[in-house]
Amino acid sequence: MTNSFITNFPLFTIVLSLFSGPLCYMLKRRMARYWTIGLECGLIAMVSAVLWYTMTTGSSFTYVMGEFPAPWGNEIRAGVLEALIALVFLLVMLSSVIGGSKYIDIDIDESKINLYYTLINLMTAALMAMVWTNDIFTGYVFLEILTLTSCGILIVREIGRTTLAAVRYMIMNLLGSGLFLLGVVLLYDVTGNLLMVPMQEEIAKLITNSQNMMAITMGLGILTIGLCIKSGLFPFHYWMPDTYGWATPTSGAVLSSLVSKCYIFLLFKIYYRVIGIEVFEQLPIRNILLVLGLMGMVAGSVSAMRANNINRMVAFSSAAQIGYIYMGIGIGGKVGYTAAMFHVMAHAVTKSTLFLTTPRLSDVSGGSLLFRNLQGSGIRDRAAGVYFSVASLSMIGIPIFAGFSSKLLFAEAAVDSGSMTKMVLVMIALALSSMLNAIYFIRTMIRIYQPDTTGIRVSAKRVSYQIPMIILTVMNLALGLFSWYFAGMIEQGLSMFG
Amino acid sequence: MSNKFAKFRNWLAGDYDPLKNVLDTDETVSDSREEIKKENRKIISEVDAEGSTRRLEKAEQRGFDLVYRVIAIVSCLLLIGVLLFTVALLPRYGVENPESTTVVKRYVESGLQETGAINIVAGIILDYRAFDTLGESHVLFTALICVTILLRADSKNLRTKYEDFYTIKQVKYHDLNKDKIINRVGMILVPCIFVFGIYVLLNGQNGPGGGFSGGSVMGAGLIIGTAAFGYEKMDRFISTKTAMWITFISLAFYSFAKGYVFFTGANGLDNHIPKGIPGAILSGGLILPLDIAVGMVVACTMYGFYNLFRRGRT
Repeated sequence: MTNSFITNFPLFTIVLSLFSGPLCYMLKRRMARYWTIGLECGLIAMVSAVLWYTMTTGSSFTYVMGEFPAPWGNEIRAGVLEALIALVFLLVMLSSVIGGSKYIDIDIDESKINLYYTLINLMTAALMAMVWTNDIFTGYVFLEILTLTSCGILIVREIGRTTLAAVRYMIMNLLGSGLFLLGVVLLYDVTGNLLMVPMQEEIAKLITNSQNMMAITMGLGILTIGLCIKSGLFPFHYWMPDTYGWATPTSGAVLSSLVSKCYIFLLFKIYYRVIGIEVFEQLPIRNILLVLGLMGMVAGSVSAMRANNINRMVAFSSAAQIGYIYMGIGIGGKVGYTAAMFHVMAHAVTKSTLFLTTPRLSDVSGGSLLFRNLQGSGIRDRAAGVYFSVASLSMIGIPIFAGFSSKLLFAEAAVDSGSMTKMVLVMIALALSSMLNAIYFIRTMIRIYQPDTTGIRVSAKRVSYQIPMIILTVMNLALGLFSWYFAGMIEQGLSMFG
Repeated sequence: MSNKFAKFRNWLAGDYDPLKNVLDTDETVSDSREEIKKENRKIISEVDAEGSTRRLEKAEQRGFDLVYRVIAIVSCLLLIGVLLFTVALLPRYGVENPESTTVVKRYVESGLQETGAINIVAGIILDYRAFDTLGESHVLFTALICVTILLRADSKNLRTKYEDFYTIKQVKYHDLNKDKIINRVGMILVPCIFVFGIYVLLNGQNGPGGGFSGGSVMGAGLIIGTAAFGYEKMDRFISTKTAMWITFISLAFYSFAKGYVFFTGANGLDNHIPKGIPGAILSGGLILPLDIAVGMVVACTMYGFYNLFRRGRT
């Protein structure tokens, strides 16, 4: 245990954003917005400091929440991987809040804008707590906050479609939360602990004596199903298009790129730190995840091709990308997990860019999101067209963009896995999915760059839109060009994890 | 004055119609009705033309519904069966799973001197595992925000359109405070409920009770008060703004108090919070103030929900 002041920062990120929720409830809308943006900047600075600290010391640290040490009190933990994921999440959150602020003012009633920022702050707190937590039940509590805030930022637009989507989303999510809680209860019953480290010790003991195997398998299985429903893995992905497609752009970006990723990260953390990765690799759950991931990659892309509305297409492509991440976890091995975590970041950056550009393209096309009306919109609004194209190329997997690096890592992991069937399956699915991605994204790009005769030209002079989009694009390029550096960081983080 | 007189003179002469632009005349209405009828006939003929394809779609829909229901029921039964089977295989509680007791033992045996609370549950949720409860109280607050977004009247949820309709209803159903019996019973009951709520709230560390239960009793008292005395009188006692401020101050106090304890605890500093004598009201360190904060949040949340469901006002 070191005495550096930086070790307190994870606690500050959680408590400050929790406090900002009620504060924005009291503030007027403009002040609430400035406070939220300022807070996010502060949190980014703190998390960067934590990342720098863990990288230079080369070890993770646990932080006792209160006077009581590990098995009795709560605990949070910070390592390179957690800090990196938290940093990417916060940057995407900040960019989405600033980039979509124009639409927040349009879509939401004036008297409720401060409530929107309240929810955003509570969501930030929940994201931070779920990333840092070292306690499975703390994970559940903040997962509840995340579920409620997600529904809140959906219904705030108050049109029939979002209300309907929110009801559907809430039913699916509550089912997921319930299953997750049952899984936690089963695991608690056989281990008698809720903190991750003592739980893992107990489980290792039980497995060597092969006691209570049924309860452990069942608990893990239910918990996995719960989190898969919440993050939208293949058979459970049909709530996605309505949820993401009709929400206000900031909500769509945050829900698709952060909330679903956060559930995956929690699941990954549980596999690594509660079950133990060696135990997990012997369980059949991994193969199921692999198969569902592969099916999701293809099915999501096929649904995206059939969509006639750009937002629905982007939303369905999320289903495919979630499939990629689960495939990485399913392949296993250090390279597989690195690829999965890398794709969490790559997709978070890319998808938020897409959701923040589509409303601008639709703005210059008479407010329509249908493809046939979007003809030439990339020429009418050049900036949005360029950002959309960059993100699309990254989604397809063109080199120098983030999507290419993650696909390369997945392929590497498949070759490394040592199983011939796995390798062939993954390679075929990767090729097929990339091809499908290319078909619908290039089709969209051709559509938005068709010659335009309307003569409308919009130049986005608003700095509040350009800056976040530039941040996201630079992150996208950085992840693509320096992927070896980020992969190295993830590997360092994984070695601290176990 | 002269203006009005001029209008009157015009009216006498038949040049001025005071009801013009105020009431729609019958003619325009019948016109639009004719149009609507024409439109309807057009739609009906279109529907008839598409009738056959529609019937096919309907049959498809029905088939899908059937399959969907069968799959849903089968998977639920399967899940129930597997879960029951798992529960049957679990070790007997407290007899066969000794691993469970390592954590619990310390809570039961040294909970009193470590937290200063006789009520072990209060000690666990507000001291050992206070971080989880910090999240839990914010879950309540989040729920309040979501309900506010859904129900508070604004330009978008079109409640204003039907305002007359709602006021008519209100006269019928919400004038309970005119009722002498309810008024008198409320006068006797509400103070008792409040005293009981405060008792439960303040004794959380010494016996059954605490923030969540005491707060919900007090919230129930506020709701009964609103039903018995009317919204206006209750609003003078605790207005919307006051309830908001109470919620904010309680949650902010909670966050910072716990943040302080976490900070000192993790850095090995003394937090200078006296534990007190177990059994007294002022005991258990931070448990009592935190209970009060949680209770205030719960009471204000319940009251807020009631008001929102009542009129769409906070």
